[in-house]
Amino acid sequence: MFDLEFFRINTGSGYWDPILWIFAFIIILVIVYVIRNLGKKDFKKSGEKSKVFLSGNPEYDKEQMHIKGSNLYWGFTESMKWLYDILNRFHTGNVSDYVLWFVVVMAALFIVMTISGGI
Amino acid sequence: MISFGIPYLAVVGLILIGLFALVFKKNLIKMVIGITIIESGVNLFLITLGYREGSIAPIYTSSPGGIMSLPVPQALTLTSIVIGVAVLALMLSLVIHIYRHYGTLNVNKIAEGEK
Amino acid sequence: MNFLPVPPEYIPVLIVAIPLFGAFLTPIISRINGKVRNIFAISILGITGFLVFWLSTEIFTNNMIYTYVFGGDSNVIGSGNSAYAIRILFEVDSFGIFMAIIAIIVAFIGTLYSYSYMKKETGLDKYYTLILLMTAGMMGMLLTGDLFNFFVFLEITGISSAALVAFWIDKKYAVEAGFKYIIISAIGALFVLLAIALLYGQYNALNMSVLANTITNFNLIDQIILILLFSALAMKAGIVPMHMWLPDAYGRAPASISIMLVGATLSSLYAVFRVIFTLYGKVFLSVSIQTLEFVTTANILGGFIVLLAVLTMLVGVIMALKQNNLKRLIAFAALAEIGYMILGLGIRLAAKSVIYDTEGTAISILNPAYTQAALTGSIFHILNDALDVGLLFLVAGAIYYATKETSLDRMGGLARNMKYTTIFFLIGLFAMSGMPPLNGFASKIIIYESAYQLSPLVSIIAILSSIMLLACFVKVFHSAFLGPKQPHLKNVKEVPKTMLVAMGLIAILIIIIGLFPNLVIENAVKPTVDAILNNTAYISAIIGGA
Repeated sequence: MFDLEFFRINTGSGYWDPILWIFAFIIILVIVYVIRNLGKKDFKKSGEKSKVFLSGNPEYDKEQMHIKGSNLYWGFTESMKWLYDILNRFHTGNVSDYVLWFVVVMAALFIVMTISGGI
Repeated sequence: MISFGIPYLAVVGLILIGLFALVFKKNLIKMVIGITIIESGVNLFLITLGYREGSIAPIYTSSPGGIMSLPVPQALTLTSIVIGVAVLALMLSLVIHIYRHYGTLNVNKIAEGEK
Repeated sequence: MNFLPVPPEYIPVLIVAIPLFGAFLTPIISRINGKVRNIFAISILGITGFLVFWLSTEIFTNNMIYTYVFGGDSNVIGSGNSAYAIRILFEVDSFGIFMAIIAIIVAFIGTLYSYSYMKKETGLDKYYTLILLMTAGMMGMLLTGDLFNFFVFLEITGISSAALVAFWIDKKYAVEAGFKYIIISAIGALFVLLAIALLYGQYNALNMSVLANTITNFNLIDQIILILLFSALAMKAGIVPMHMWLPDAYGRAPASISIMLVGATLSSLYAVFRVIFTLYGKVFLSVSIQTLEFVTTANILGGFIVLLAVLTMLVGVIMALKQNNLKRLIAFAALAEIGYMILGLGIRLAAKSVIYDTEGTAISILNPAYTQAALTGSIFHILNDALDVGLLFLVAGAIYYATKETSLDRMGGLARNMKYTTIFFLIGLFAMSGMPPLNGFASKIIIYESAYQLSPLVSIIAILSSIMLLACFVKVFHSAFLGPKQPHLKNVKEVPKTMLVAMGLIAILIIIIGLFPNLVIENAVKPTVDAILNNTAYISAIIGGA
């Protein structure tokens, strides 16, 4: 019988075992498949029941209905606009600002060393 | 006593002038000159560490007597000067390409043209 | 294994010399044919990879340190107490060879990928020369035991990688990214040279083990040297707030160069670990009662590093959600992963504590047990992250090769034509955002559990940034691969076989490390963490018995 502890890694407070995870995943997949097969088998995909509903808006052809990349997380980026304004002011693309941040971090580290009683 | 400390003051002065030129100037060529000024400062610091007062150059096999300056920092400085020349050549050739594409050497105009 | 044609003590210098020799031969060989030159470059990297793997099996199993002296018989001159280590040395311990494995895997896969990715470009002999030169520079940085030698290899890597970032000189944004990268690289290296000059003036030695032996009390000059070295090397490793060159350089280089830049960035991170744990080992690592006054310094410095790591994770994922350019988004995600690697270092320094007895006098200094687990997680994460980010950059390059688009707004429905690329992107997505059972989860769970014991807030921020990374890549997956076929992308074909083989090799490595993490941790990561935390072995390999 192979060693059951072979695949296990011990973190400081517990363990993680990928083979046990795969067993659990397969068992759950089987349960999901059994539950799916309990549904109705005689549903026909036609008529008004299976048309797309867009709150009454007209439906264009499929190539134009694909959501583009910059529209996907609009709610998140719009509500956090204050955070993105601050961050965009830092990422200017100007190489002088990059060197200025380097000098700022050196100064901050100098202050940290002074506080910690070293210098 | 302060005459022994003048090269070290010059090193600090050169590095600060180089950082000032790199951070506050808007022309790309002036930034490249700032980097070479910092590099000159660091090389001067390396050479000054090996100097002893009243010493002769450390290249004799049968020396005429007296103490010699330390040869190891001089070897390190030669390596650093060669590396500095290579970096300067690469930076200037990239500046030539940037000027051909953008038509200007102002950092602000280049940075806002890419947004 | 005794079938090597050279004695085994020459292997460390051959690992650096063979790519250097190949770099000088490549312009001559490229006069014959293009194909011969490509096969020559790949075979040079294959030979170097074989030597690195052989040396790594020797070092990991026997736990010994290999040294090589340039131009002399023995490491030191004189013996006993008056031993001077004068010559330049290569000193290879477990940490150096672990990072060398990562660097050579990344270089080999990048060169194999660029066989067909760059086939239609001109000036390819200079491209392969610069790749071999950059590999020699990375190997030299990781294997050396002398500080000025490290500076020279740092500059070699910086110059050759900046020339490669600006390789497409007909595109204007690529040249500008190359210029920004060379300025940042030159500034970082000059401040490292200033610190090395200060160290030479103070202690009259340039060898890392001699310096590790003599830096015992932490006076003013030592603190200034630590500030200069840490800031300059952290800027080259891409830690917030000095990280802004990273999305420009990674996002505008060719895809096979982006994966090699990951290797160069991780070499600078290796140098940060070396400076703090080996050069200043007697200050930060010792548990004897004479170093009582350094515990506060270690705690505050560790707290500062944990703050920088948390900022890196947050800034990386928040900026990554908003990008529309595919390679720039992956570059911000790579930036967020660097925060995990530096978090283990900060936890190790910040958790040092003093045990007092009942009267208030100190009896011992303690490093809690979870700090070792945190370092294990961070070192394991360096290996996992290099593979995951590499796979994602290669997929982005494959999309650019097939469709000539870079913006996410103009892509759609690529999964119908490019099936293998979609599968590789799915593997990269799950691995990068820490989903079981792939390798990202195995290292991230160790980091989560040990960061929780330092402070629960740090662990919550780490888990949150993993989830937001999943959100970023689901956005890329939907807008690039799912959906109907766009009209201007009707005729895309699958990418050539060499690129698929390169991506497949990394995907197989990711799955194997994910399913058998215990093999990697027991055999490779544990000796590495033991070598980091044990700088007396590093010192006594050169000036033994000090």
